[in-house]
Amino acid sequence: MIRYLKRKILIYVITFFVAVSIDWAIPRFMPGNPISLLLSRFSGLPDAAQKLNTYFTQAFGLDKPLWVQYVNFWKALFRGDLGVSIFLYPRPVIDIIKTSLIYDILLLVPAIIVSWIVGNKLGAIAAVNKKIDTKVMPLFYFLTSSPYFWMAMLMAWFLGFVVPIFPLSGAYSYTMTPSFSLSFIIDFLYHLILPFLSLFLVMLGGWAIGMRNMIIYELGSNYSKYMEALGARDKLIRRYAFRNAVLPQVTGLALQLGIIILGSLTTESVFSYPGLGFTLLQAIQNQDYFLIQGCFLFIVIMVLAGNFIVDIIYIFIDPRIRHSYVEEG
Amino acid sequence: MNFIDRLKKYEYLYFALKNKKVIVGIIMFLFFLLLGILGPYFTKYNPLDFAGPGYLKPSLKRLLGTDIFGHDIFTQLVYGLKSSYFVGFLGGFIATFIGLFIGFLSGYKGGFTDEGLMMVTNIMLVIPTLAVLIIIAAYLPYRGMTFEAIIIGFTNWPWTARAIRSMTLSIKNKDFVNLSRISALPTRRIVVEDIASNMFSYIFMVFILQFAGAVLSAVTLDFIGLGPTKGISLGLIMQVARDWNAVQLGMWWWAIIPGLVITLLVASLYFINTGLDEVFNPKLRET
Repeated sequence: MIRYLKRKILIYVITFFVAVSIDWAIPRFMPGNPISLLLSRFSGLPDAAQKLNTYFTQAFGLDKPLWVQYVNFWKALFRGDLGVSIFLYPRPVIDIIKTSLIYDILLLVPAIIVSWIVGNKLGAIAAVNKKIDTKVMPLFYFLTSSPYFWMAMLMAWFLGFVVPIFPLSGAYSYTMTPSFSLSFIIDFLYHLILPFLSLFLVMLGGWAIGMRNMIIYELGSNYSKYMEALGARDKLIRRYAFRNAVLPQVTGLALQLGIIILGSLTTESVFSYPGLGFTLLQAIQNQDYFLIQGCFLFIVIMVLAGNFIVDIIYIFIDPRIRHSYVEEG
Repeated sequence: MNFIDRLKKYEYLYFALKNKKVIVGIIMFLFFLLLGILGPYFTKYNPLDFAGPGYLKPSLKRLLGTDIFGHDIFTQLVYGLKSSYFVGFLGGFIATFIGLFIGFLSGYKGGFTDEGLMMVTNIMLVIPTLAVLIIIAAYLPYRGMTFEAIIIGFTNWPWTARAIRSMTLSIKNKDFVNLSRISALPTRRIVVEDIASNMFSYIFMVFILQFAGAVLSAVTLDFIGLGPTKGISLGLIMQVARDWNAVQLGMWWWAIIPGLVITLLVASLYFINTGLDEVFNPKLRET
């Protein structure tokens, strides 16, 4: 198990290293000069342009050799210094990201877990019930084919405009200030429902399809047939099939995390939900390069952290990995 | 009867034409393809023309109404479809090609090559590639459709490489491959003639999935505002719709329909893929 974890951690460390390098390299080696682009927007204010110019030259350290710039970038990173936002000047990028990250986690974690559990259950039911299968499968394919932001718009239109039950934007009412009072929490949850529902529905389709196919595969395998020949109850055989089919679904969760997180970014932008996605979008529209860099970095960190958690869970549910640990010890 | 007998000789084609999922998928796919190819010849306007007053509801004269500015949505839709197919095809092709190349190389060569390539693949799998696309696209002032397809192709290949590698591993020690190796055939010919030809059906299905993946990536990228800087696409229509609060105004023909088309297009590809899986894999066939 330790060897398994070591290998995984090594991959994550290298990945993080590569991601930071990409983050560092892209503004520097892309055609066009982001700084001159930025400065042109302050052309009306020569004072500000002058100040920003010195600030950027210092921040990027453009007068130094490339490798020094690279080392400095890492040093700044470990101090938690990601620069200052231009669009929300003078708030530091790390501050902006910290506040938006909370909303991301509160939206994503429940949506992923609930859709994974419900999707697996529905898929398992569809796999053994032909009647339900033919009716429900096209729906699941439809759900998994839809872009996240489209599902968000559909939900917003249907449950926010046609039947106006839920609010269309924001994470809480404008009259509220974030606090731990009961009324705020209720208001927060009320605003959370639509983004949650749209993420939940798109993911649900994928998990259900995956589970159904895995169960059908497992039920056709030799151990299932052997148990059937021994006269075991259907329920027992299905339970064993489910146990085996869950493992690839967990791996699938790890592989999908990147796509899910990116999907949630677009969903947030539909509902103006103040998470990382909404921030990133504003950063892109305002060409706020420091903020874009920061958001990218935190998206990568989120995906890596999610992958790591899935790896840990895998140890607990896959007896083979647990077993190898006992042998090693 | 005679026709069916003749058809039965081509076993796969026969089962493909008998499979409901494949047929439904192909019909949907071709319908949107024709709409994208022929549509532009039948619309009276260009996508960015001011075709009439804004806020028009769908009617017989204007199939999908107009947006706030008076652009004809149906016109935008057919032009957008064309670009979706283009990006799907090119992006899917590039991703499949790279995936195949790396998968075969790493599976067949093994050893150090394998270790190195799989390391790269695993890293690419974990880094959210769309985020890389975002950051690349954000720094480019001018972006074309072809460019979009190429960067999508260059980031979507990792899962294909992994799948092809494991299939190569299971084939490469079979007798007929060994025989070719003893006959001193060049590696390239062994890979193409012995290994690739044995998973042709799988490669075709991979291409279909990569096509769908490229369409979805492109529409997401366009929606974030990082698509092509010129021209029109389905993602772009929805981006403008979101920016101008089409949902709050209840303009479903502007905000909802383009996404519905994308969803149906991607679903049709998934249908074809699942159906073909049943065709190529006799165990899954419904009898």
